[in-house]
Amino acid sequence: MSKPLRILVPIKRVIDPQLRPRINAAGTAVQKTGVQFSVNPFDDIAVEEAVRIREAKKVPVESIHAVSIGPAKAQEALLTAMAKGADSSTLVDAQDSELEPLAVAKILRELVVQQKIDLVIMGKQATDSDNNNTGQMLAGLLNWPQATNAARVELDATGTRATVTREVEGGEEVVSAALPLVVTTDLRLNTPRYVTLPNKMKAKKKPMAKLNLAAFPGVDSAARLNLLRFEEPPARAPGTVVASVDELLAKLREAKAV
Amino acid sequence: MFRPITSQVGKRLGLAAQMKSSAVTGRWASTLAFIESHKPGEIATSSLSTLEAAKRLGNPVTALVVGHKLAGIAQALQSVDCSQLQRIVVADSADYEHYLPERIAPLCVQLLKDPEYSHFVVAASAVGKNILPRVGALLDVQPVSDIVAVKDQETFTRPIYAGNVLVTVQDPQATKLLSIRASAFPAVGPGSNSASVESAPEVAAAAIDVAWQSNKLLSSDRPELGSAKRVVSGGRGLKNKETFDELLEPLATKLGAAIGATRAAVDAGFCDNSLQIGQTGKVVAPELYVAIGVSGAIQHLAGMKDAKTIVAINKDPEAPIFQVADYGLVGDLNAIVPELTQKLAK
Repeated sequence: MSKPLRILVPIKRVIDPQLRPRINAAGTAVQKTGVQFSVNPFDDIAVEEAVRIREAKKVPVESIHAVSIGPAKAQEALLTAMAKGADSSTLVDAQDSELEPLAVAKILRELVVQQKIDLVIMGKQATDSDNNNTGQMLAGLLNWPQATNAARVELDATGTRATVTREVEGGEEVVSAALPLVVTTDLRLNTPRYVTLPNKMKAKKKPMAKLNLAAFPGVDSAARLNLLRFEEPPARAPGTVVASVDELLAKLREAKAV
Repeated sequence: MFRPITSQVGKRLGLAAQMKSSAVTGRWASTLAFIESHKPGEIATSSLSTLEAAKRLGNPVTALVVGHKLAGIAQALQSVDCSQLQRIVVADSADYEHYLPERIAPLCVQLLKDPEYSHFVVAASAVGKNILPRVGALLDVQPVSDIVAVKDQETFTRPIYAGNVLVTVQDPQATKLLSIRASAFPAVGPGSNSASVESAPEVAAAAIDVAWQSNKLLSSDRPELGSAKRVVSGGRGLKNKETFDELLEPLATKLGAAIGATRAAVDAGFCDNSLQIGQTGKVVAPELYVAIGVSGAIQHLAGMKDAKTIVAINKDPEAPIFQVADYGLVGDLNAIVPELTQKLAK
């Protein structure tokens, strides 16, 4: 009989990925006020995968715990995760500081150890900072294996080993790793479910621990990198609409593009 | 013995402290460039771009080639145009086959503990992105991911928010860990250099239970998507896999182009996942990009808007793709694409 799994799902609140971000007048940051935020789409996939592992009943799942490190408003993201099936959550209130992946990974490591986590499932990247760092860093800090860009996760019957299909250049590869393990999700791992109203109400009764950065005295969360300037990429020269294939070919030949 | 000449000089003169500080000023600094080889004796195209980025850092370069059965790779590296390339370190081991980060990160960490190395550059490829952050965690260094420009030895530009924002990042850390966007740096060309060749030190493998099992790679005669000069891509507007293949393949063949796709086309099963272009797929910057039945969602534009010339063929004149297209043609792609293919023949 295998030990029931304890799963951790880290979640980031990001500016809605459908929106075009605006840079402040001084060019020192992206504007955050009056902007629609949502759960990083890869993290939504991570929550879904954790819930599906429980629902598949192939291996017993003792708990699914969601965590978010960010502003107080990130609790909305945690409520959504709990409405989708996470049992409990932790908000690490970092106020306005934008923690780098290294600091986030260090905080997550402490939570993993405290909560005796066996499996971390998280997004492969956040759509705001586009780093694609945190999962790999967490695995490194824990000395655990990592299975990034997962398109398929299969646990064996004992819940001690996972076979993960990874999306790589040119196709897929399959790796097998013992738990404890860090998995990062790619887009095609699953399609996240929608939140139903009754589940949304139930989520409000699930436990949410609220901590701040002072709860992690061993973690230096100061930024290592200096973000000097934010700017829009150079705009493309306006294009022309052509009327026919002949005209298109003439233009392309003129531009020496074909 | 694994130690660069410059640091031997530093040691001999008892200048260890100065050497450490000079790693920041760049006087003794050198760059370690991670080289991938997926076919015998062949350097991955993205790694040729990594060498170009390493050149732009201005320091002497050491190439670290990691993999298994690497015969011929050192000669291939000596035949590239990179005069800064001084040493080639070959790490050839069954442990390193398939680029498992759990096996390779300890080797990188051991090499990078030498203060000689001020910079470590990898391609922002599937392999590079898997390894670099793990190395960063083990060294307690925050990497700078997916850079598109080197401003100076510690200042870099990288896109965020799906390429809608460019941020200039200054990295004061003694060791700078960089992944480079291959499409933003041209591959170094053929040439010659006088780099010496040596074997990497043996590093005890971390006791981590992980194994590579299998892979399924798309075989194709077409140019590799990431480095193709021309790309023909299809979106949801192609309706089904048959139309996707029927319309795109002859055009791509005619142009000598790689085929790409939007997420919608991949999810609908028109083609393989690995052809996806966008924020979370491949980022390409070819000479010519032909978008067929592609609406131009923000996440797709992130992967192609640095193409030199963009052509859009779409029936919807309001499609956002027309905002970035140099040449747009509004109409039925089922008529336009075959006509275009046919007329290209002449």
